[in-house]
Amino acid sequence: MKFLQDFFDKVRPNFQKGGKYERLYPAFEALETFAFTPPHTTHDGVHVRDSIDLKRTMFTVIIAMIPTLLFGMWNVGYQHYQAYGMEMSHWDCFVFGFWKVLPIIVVSYAAGLGVEFLFSVLKGHSVSEGYLVSGLLIPLTMPVTVPLWMVALGAVFCTLIGKEIFGGTGMNFMNPALLARAFLFFAFPAYMSGDIWTDLSPEAGRALVDGYSGATNLVTFDENFRNLPSPSDMFWGFEQGSIGETSVAACLIGALILVGTGVGSWRIMLSCVLGALFMGYLFNLLAPASMPNHAMHTPGYYHLLMGSFAFGTVYMATDPVSAAHTEKGKWYYGFFIGALTVILRVFNPAYPEAVMLSILLMNVFAPVIDHLVVEQHIKSRLKKSKLSRA
Amino acid sequence: MGKTIHIRRGYDIRLVGGAEKTLQEAPSSDLFAVKPSDFPAITPKLLVQPGDEVLAGQALFYDKDRPNVRFPAPVSGEVTEIVRGEKRRILEVRILPDREVRYAEFPKADLARLDRATVIQQLLDSGCWQYLRQRPFSIIADPVDVPKAIFVSGFDSAPLAPDWGFALASERENLQAGLRVLNILANGHLHVGIREQGEGLTEADLGDAVAPENVHRFRGPHPAGNVGIQIHHIDPIQPGEKVWTVNVQDVVIIGRLFREGRFRADRVLSFTGSCVHQPRYVRVRTGQRMSDIVGGQLNSDHCRIIQGNVLTGKTSSADDFVSFYTNQITVIPEGDKPEFLGWLLPGFHKLSLSRTYFSWLWPKRSYNLDTNTHGEERAFVMSGEYEKVLPMNILPTYLLKAILARDVERMEQLGIYEVAEEDLALCEFVCTSKIPVQRILAEGLEYMRKEG
Repeated sequence: MKFLQDFFDKVRPNFQKGGKYERLYPAFEALETFAFTPPHTTHDGVHVRDSIDLKRTMFTVIIAMIPTLLFGMWNVGYQHYQAYGMEMSHWDCFVFGFWKVLPIIVVSYAAGLGVEFLFSVLKGHSVSEGYLVSGLLIPLTMPVTVPLWMVALGAVFCTLIGKEIFGGTGMNFMNPALLARAFLFFAFPAYMSGDIWTDLSPEAGRALVDGYSGATNLVTFDENFRNLPSPSDMFWGFEQGSIGETSVAACLIGALILVGTGVGSWRIMLSCVLGALFMGYLFNLLAPASMPNHAMHTPGYYHLLMGSFAFGTVYMATDPVSAAHTEKGKWYYGFFIGALTVILRVFNPAYPEAVMLSILLMNVFAPVIDHLVVEQHIKSRLKKSKLSRA
Repeated sequence: MGKTIHIRRGYDIRLVGGAEKTLQEAPSSDLFAVKPSDFPAITPKLLVQPGDEVLAGQALFYDKDRPNVRFPAPVSGEVTEIVRGEKRRILEVRILPDREVRYAEFPKADLARLDRATVIQQLLDSGCWQYLRQRPFSIIADPVDVPKAIFVSGFDSAPLAPDWGFALASERENLQAGLRVLNILANGHLHVGIREQGEGLTEADLGDAVAPENVHRFRGPHPAGNVGIQIHHIDPIQPGEKVWTVNVQDVVIIGRLFREGRFRADRVLSFTGSCVHQPRYVRVRTGQRMSDIVGGQLNSDHCRIIQGNVLTGKTSSADDFVSFYTNQITVIPEGDKPEFLGWLLPGFHKLSLSRTYFSWLWPKRSYNLDTNTHGEERAFVMSGEYEKVLPMNILPTYLLKAILARDVERMEQLGIYEVAEEDLALCEFVCTSKIPVQRILAEGLEYMRKEG
């Protein structure tokens, strides 16, 4: 890698103070630190540092998303061929999906990182790694049929409104990727709901199978939960939906990686699940016996398998910046997300994507939760000091 | 003896280069210096000028705000030079030592009959007062205060720290004398923390110098040996209260002062780190040149010499002088080399508390850490990291944010009076965003001292 190092060494003067491209330094720095861990040494305070940095953290999250991505690619192909009633190999399904999903990812990264670089140059701060994750989260939350310009728009919205106007990664109060998803959902409902979940590009000499329905299980759920796919199909993800959301199994692998490495908060994930189960079973108890098909009768654990609950819980709710920051607060934050999701699903059929809205809502409330936890902490400290004085 | 206090949160950074249990005398130096910058929050006023002859224990300068707090010469000899920096700030008072040290003589005390006023006077006269630290703020104590208690930690849990049980084995009488003196100073409220098992002072070392109910046993990882952590678990500092702390090695020096009537500032240091040929213990004199100790002992030119441990020590050099509070010298490699795709590789040899590198598969391994930051500074992103290594009922992130906002009331409420930089050093070590935790805290403490 000597030549690469030499190259950076050679061009660096151009970007440093007084150089030709001085203003582009943040962009140069981003590229250089991407290739080489910087040679910075500690100067005051501790002399040694833990090896983890934000790049590694974000990279770990990406690794954790790979299972959902791979499964999503396969499922895109699988759903496509199913719609045409064709029996194809797993490999064919995957290849079909791969070529459909790849452009979405490329556009998402290109547009988002473009804005990120632009801002870092304009404002002179270094490029943050946050978008490495957002850039993959956005495609995974899209239907595969999404037009590429919309992906680009979403990515730009994500970086611009989701982060940069607040000062960049770490300063935002809502999950940027989810915010972008919500923006597209409300701005372009025609592209984000309805029969858009399966890629129906024509297959020569084939017609859609009879009885094909492009509805996700959440739509089915609204009509009559008894028509939902089997729990095992929902668990493994053999169903329609956004690219990355369908497989609970893949999300669980991701959760294992996040919790195992210590990058994702197990408190949030667990409390989300507890919140959903609590509300789900509470509704089971309260459900009107006279209406056997009412959504309140849905078995509580179904809520963990349906829609994007697993995906949202594992990858979105755990975003450390927009979640609650106190350890106690994380319990409340997650519990409310789970509970709210079930409430919205059961009582508000207009927005089947309840997970997204619940997380965004709790993002807004996370600072309040933290504030209450901190106040409580201060009170308990005060009480202790009074006790010891008495 | 109270029950054992179990510290659960924290982390022991395992480093290679631990000191072998052999003690060597450092060669005598041809130049000594006392650096006012060693002492926290003082404004030095000189009492000597070049050409003056001084005795060991004679004051060289005093603190402008508290003229009776004085800073002594560690050896006798001739003051050769006052090294000054910007704005004529005093950096070093250099002394050319006599061949045989001549001491300023102070009364030898009968420990059974000492009273508090006499103790204070002798500590002030001899310049030993500066060994007493006050919490809050970790500054030199004020002689007019009566502290709630005095705390001494009998073990050091920092990486590669000296084992006091070994280092002070020959000083047991001085140690006990020092503890007795402190007990008088604390009106009987002297607390000592020892390790339940392992390195450090034992009950046998303490003898009957400390009341048995004031000896507290601790178990658990670093920072269990930090006196601030021990205070928090024994008897936390409440707003308005002051407690004092003394480093155990300085207790020995105080003990010598009262037993021998002399300020004899020998220190035993652990000379450690992966860049040291033969890590071991060395007996040095305060103010001695560092080159006497490190010269010819390092296996690399490109390393960092630290007075103290890798978490809280100060960067030093061979031209520097042993400071008044140094207990340890650590020498580790400088890490100023870029690493290709360092953040992407599996990292079998990269130490991290997170398990994002595969080194967690070998939990018992010792590491040869260098000074690389492993990434650039970022805004706060991760949460819950600091809490894992701070065994106190304190929300570190919120405390730091209150400091950054200069919110005096909040800082108080969140417990700034209980902490010193060293207590949050591990938070800085684990920080993903590479935030300078200790610097922020130091700024906060200084702000509170001046405004609060």
